Amino acid sequence: MNGIELRGVTKYYGKNLALDDVSLSFESGKIYGLLGRNGAGKSTMLNIISNRIFPTSGEVLIDGENAVENDKALSKVFCMSEKNLLPVSMKFSESVRVTGNFYPDTDKEYAMQLAEKFELDPKSKLGSLSTGYTSISKIILALSCNADYVFFDEPVLGLDAHHRDLFYKELLQKYSEQGGTYIISTHLIEECANLIERAVIVKEGKVILDKETEELLEGAYTVSGGAELVDSYCKGKEVMGADTIGGLKSAYIKGKPDKVPQGLEISRASLQNLFIQLTNK
Amino acid sequence: MELKLENEKPIYQQLAEWISDNIISGQLKEGEQVPSTTEISVTYKVNPATALKGVNMLVDKGVIYKKRGLGMFVAEGAVEKLRRERMSEFFDNYVRVMLDEAEKLGISGEELIEMIGRGTEK
Repeated sequence: MNGIELRGVTKYYGKNLALDDVSLSFESGKIYGLLGRNGAGKSTMLNIISNRIFPTSGEVLIDGENAVENDKALSKVFCMSEKNLLPVSMKFSESVRVTGNFYPDTDKEYAMQLAEKFELDPKSKLGSLSTGYTSISKIILALSCNADYVFFDEPVLGLDAHHRDLFYKELLQKYSEQGGTYIISTHLIEECANLIERAVIVKEGKVILDKETEELLEGAYTVSGGAELVDSYCKGKEVMGADTIGGLKSAYIKGKPDKVPQGLEISRASLQNLFIQLTNK
Repeated sequence: MELKLENEKPIYQQLAEWISDNIISGQLKEGEQVPSTTEISVTYKVNPATALKGVNMLVDKGVIYKKRGLGMFVAEGAVEKLRRERMSEFFDNYVRVMLDEAEKLGISGEELIEMIGRGTEK
């Protein structure tokens, strides 16, 4: 079977439970959004899949093969993470070459083209880069490595609006032309909501939602208006949460809107709003 | 014509409407090539599957068609087809609503026609 499969993956850091019996599949050929609040377990999950840390129990299969200490399976996975794994004295151009040693399909020419677009000098040392350019250097490696599964862990950290825009466009260009499987873990949900085909939401070490983005957005709505009217409309409905300002209220409701009384306004849910309601403590 | 994506409708539907608007307004003429799903996807930062879904809505309606290996083109008669569709939507969304409201207020047919006449004079 093509794709990544987690089977009953649990991870403890000492006494802290980071992942709690997670079973989940990532189909190949899609762009996933892995969403969760700080400490929800996103990075732990990505690090376990890429064999950087071991699960306490459970297993990960990559295209049907166990990922632990399996070079063939692991060469299919590239994980761009917040941590800096390459030596600070290494030049960016060398980091491209090194990536090519581990990922033979690395497109070095494309990496240099991207460096030019992002205005990153290939001769600069990794340790001398600003937060934004450190992210850019890692984004470029991830985009050009041509691994089957590419993970972006907070890819746009420190990037200005222009560079974020460029990143999303380059990712889509590459994905449209060559396919591939991408998992993006980010806090900037609004920005990449339209990029993500499927959303996986993690809360306190558990996967609480795994759905096509479009289906997710069609399965919820917002109703706003006078607080009393909203409250009476909400009776008998599955309300995820609400915001109140003065006498006005907006409620986030699961399902599809039925006949709406006058004075109330219905709007579509946004991924960001849904996320906030679903991951509220 | 610029497309500004908003949250009120599914993205694929907004993309389909945007292409339709361009066809109706003559920006995209019958026989002309429609932007590819990759172009749409990259320009508007949407998943290519979403772009494809929007485009396929128009293919299903016969408004655009695919030429293998070449791309997608506006079909002959697309403008007329879209205009008819919009007219029937106009009837449902505006005319019906107007008639319902007119009935509530006790406005007669003649009065209504007189009002429309007055509205179109300017």
